[in-house]
Amino acid sequence: MKMHRAEEIWLIVGVAILVLSMVFTGYQAFAQGMAPPSNTETLDPQKVDEHAPFDNPGVFEIGENEYEVVMTLQAFSFTPNEIEISAGSEVHFTLTSKDVVHGFQVAGTNINAMVTPGYIQRISQKFDEPGEYLVLCNEYCGAGHQLMATTITVK
Amino acid sequence: MELVEKRNLSKKINYVAGFHQDDARLSLTYLAVAFLVLLIGGFLGLFQGLNRAGLLELPSWFDYYQTLTAHGILLLLVFTTLFTVGYFYAALSHTLGGLLPKVRKMGWIAFGMMMIGVAFVATTIVMGDASVLYTFYPPMQASPWFYIGLVFVVLGIWIAAFGAFINIANWRKNHRGKHTPLLAFFATGVFVLLFFGSIGVTVEVFMLIPWAFGWTETVNVMLSRTLFWSFGHTLVNIWYLTAISAWYVVVPKVIGGKLFSDGLTRLVVILLVILNIPGGFHHQIIDPGITETWKFIHVFMSLSIAFPSLMTAFAMFAAFERTGRKKGAKGLLGWFKKLPWGDVRFLAPFIAMVAFIFGGAGGIAQTNNQLNQVVHNTLWVTGHFHLTVGVTVVLTFFGIAYWLIPHLSKRELTPRINRLGIYQTIIWTVGMIFMSGSMHWVGLLGAPRRSSFSTYGDQATALSWDPYLFLLAIGGTLLIIGVILMFYIAIHLMFFAPKGETEFPIAEAEENVMPTPKWTERWGLWIVMFLAIVAMGYVVPLMDIIVNAPPGSPPFRTW
Repeated sequence: MKMHRAEEIWLIVGVAILVLSMVFTGYQAFAQGMAPPSNTETLDPQKVDEHAPFDNPGVFEIGENEYEVVMTLQAFSFTPNEIEISAGSEVHFTLTSKDVVHGFQVAGTNINAMVTPGYIQRISQKFDEPGEYLVLCNEYCGAGHQLMATTITVK
Repeated sequence: MELVEKRNLSKKINYVAGFHQDDARLSLTYLAVAFLVLLIGGFLGLFQGLNRAGLLELPSWFDYYQTLTAHGILLLLVFTTLFTVGYFYAALSHTLGGLLPKVRKMGWIAFGMMMIGVAFVATTIVMGDASVLYTFYPPMQASPWFYIGLVFVVLGIWIAAFGAFINIANWRKNHRGKHTPLLAFFATGVFVLLFFGSIGVTVEVFMLIPWAFGWTETVNVMLSRTLFWSFGHTLVNIWYLTAISAWYVVVPKVIGGKLFSDGLTRLVVILLVILNIPGGFHHQIIDPGITETWKFIHVFMSLSIAFPSLMTAFAMFAAFERTGRKKGAKGLLGWFKKLPWGDVRFLAPFIAMVAFIFGGAGGIAQTNNQLNQVVHNTLWVTGHFHLTVGVTVVLTFFGIAYWLIPHLSKRELTPRINRLGIYQTIIWTVGMIFMSGSMHWVGLLGAPRRSSFSTYGDQATALSWDPYLFLLAIGGTLLIIGVILMFYIAIHLMFFAPKGETEFPIAEAEENVMPTPKWTERWGLWIVMFLAIVAMGYVVPLMDIIVNAPPGSPPFRTW
């Protein structure tokens, strides 16, 4: 069982490309903080309303051009609904689900996170361009799943 | 008296030719039901595509999510499993000198189990008690009978797997020191994956059944998802391994060539088995509850599967080139013209291979950690697996059907059906280019998967997706023509084509090749290595998900 020389070269080049892609991915994930949302804090999914910070969901300005959005997701809505922020702000989303698994996606950005009951999910994004951003649930959550949406208005 | 002698004689001839009537009936039954399921699942797909483009409103008694649940389970689970078992049982019968009587019986019992399971699952979906999609993520809770139906399907799979193991072990006992025939070697890999890969999801379903009956109050959501994907991704590799068994063993014979390399082929099977399972985590890259480090490790582990695929790509084109040159091709690419483009048994799997170049590249991109975040749960992903499963796997299955069905039904593939098959292949390819292409593109723009038609209150971004969704519907319409054609071809080859003999094409090794090393047959070792890698990938994260779990979730019925 001997490999052809050409096959060896083909495999070495292929593997080298894969390894290189992983080096880039790893550098971006761990050195530049681009890793996908992976928060591990937990809470009781049946007592979301009693658990800080979800006892008081809303949009909070926590600094100059910096916001925290504390949000609960439930079939089939986002609380708070309709968020307004100023252009150039960094927004930190703190999310959890009150019932089934939901998705939190903002079209036109890299915001994309699963929001599963029992876990607090976190994701941040800087909004530079003014406009109206579509927020939608991208994990099937029931009969009204296609209606579960809201907007973020950047002024 | 004469008649009996004649019958005995034809039995003997069949036996020498590696044909066994009873085994053929078993495989034909699997294949007939598989193509019926394809027809039903195909129509469900069409309805979804038309709905998603805003062209068709589905009735409230069978809404979009019921359609989607049934489409996913019927095509991803039932069609592929029935085809895989039917095909490999035929291959075992052909290459191992017939199925043992008890194995044949196990094949029938497995079939019965699967049918019972499918009946439970389909009934609960139609009644509206299981609109949970084929991933059935808790805490959405279906009727307990839905989960019980899944248990029956899995039991059927296990019985079929053990039947195959028994037959192969028996052959090895009687042929000590010999290599298992190559297709039986592939079958071993596939059934090893089917058995071990479905253990995780079975554990999940056994957690869900008492919960669905109300005997337990809550369920661990993350554990369920993780166990599901340990199976979900394995299933993908099972389809893939089944498809490439035909690429390696059958296609070279169809084009008039020889096996690329027996040893390297076996090595690819072993690698695909060993490297498979930890791929499951890349379906959970944006989940909470799994650390960044573990996700990165899993991306690395799941990319390792690209290595045997690179070997396959080389092997395929090497076999094509060699065969073309033997037929007198000149120049760098002259061999390309020597390939039998008018033979559907070649054309269909060839397009399947080409699709895998794109599908594989897209898969490597989307599995890659933060790149996954860009497309996760968008239509891109749906586009991806309609390219990989819908073209690479399914067109290979179709390519197999053109010779396997007439071989089993003792009929012939006529030039007319061959031509119809060529049209079918072209329609399928064009349909998938439309559908998968538009799904990929609109997914990059953010359109979510698994959502019925919605403009999100005429929001501008959502409205800009409409033209792509229309292309998706065009693709779906072409595909249903392809499904109907294929169903017709399968039925025709089973019952109506002219009587005759059709070969089971198996490529022979080149002359004067080095013998395949003995160690390739050490399945015990491969299974231990495979389980060791599964343990490396899963033990720590699973313990973390169990030990550090939040309080569980009660059931919800949100449809």
